[in-house]
Amino acid sequence: MSDDDRVFKALADPTRRLLLDRLFARDGRTLTELESDLEMTRFGVMKHLRVLEDAGLVVTRRSGREKLHFLNPVPIRLIHDRWIDKYTERQVTALTDLKRELEADA
Amino acid sequence: MTSTETETDRLTTVQVYRVYIRATPERVWEAITSSEWTERYGYGGGVDYDLRPGGQFQALASPELKRFGAPDVMCDGEVLEADPPRKLVQTWRLLMDPAVAAEGFTRLTYEIEPQGGGITRLTVSHDLAGAPKLALLTGGLTEGEGGAGGWPWVLSGLKTLLETGETMVVGDA
Repeated sequence: MSDDDRVFKALADPTRRLLLDRLFARDGRTLTELESDLEMTRFGVMKHLRVLEDAGLVVTRRSGREKLHFLNPVPIRLIHDRWIDKYTERQVTALTDLKRELEADA
Repeated sequence: MTSTETETDRLTTVQVYRVYIRATPERVWEAITSSEWTERYGYGGGVDYDLRPGGQFQALASPELKRFGAPDVMCDGEVLEADPPRKLVQTWRLLMDPAVAAEGFTRLTYEIEPQGGGITRLTVSHDLAGAPKLALLTGGLTEGEGGAGGWPWVLSGLKTLLETGETMVVGDA
């Protein structure tokens, strides 16, 4: 599996996207914090975190006795630069320019 | 400030970025510490590193950024630990904007680890304690509102340059 495959696979699951959103809202969390108010076993959350870690979307660091989870946005940026820009940049730029012009007139 | 906000601040002061690059640790080290490379990715300016504890660090504005009114020295700091080609720890302050500069020095750590198969893992940990404005910039959250893409954008460009020899051009191709 390529790096891109791993990222797309990791992002294809709603629970994993939710975990990323929670880290985006507040980075550097423990497993205990991440599993709180998720309707899932600790083991289930660990499994999802492992997939995210394998895809490089989550990086763990030890801080004393705790293992902290950090959101790593670089793989998403790489996909953005590799895929999204290539197909959308010109159209999106044209639309945002149009929006700016229309709003300036309003 | 409530206790919840205090806790949020504590948990969000460190940003961690990681990228896997098909290059040797030596090349990754050079790409971070020598102008020959830094002029070709990210903000495109040269760097001046005195690579020993207590040594000075400066990142210079590219000619293009200077035309937009950037100061000659974009960032400054002090080297705390230099272990080429594995680890670089330094302080780091962005001087481009007075409000951000006033937040003072932050702490930046580069860890460079060979992974086998010609792959090197670069991890950038930026401790932004006391620098919430700078944290928005380094996180790329001001992109499109006058800011650039922060660390994700810089590291994406670094990877592209080392793997292809080309400067990454986004958007205006």
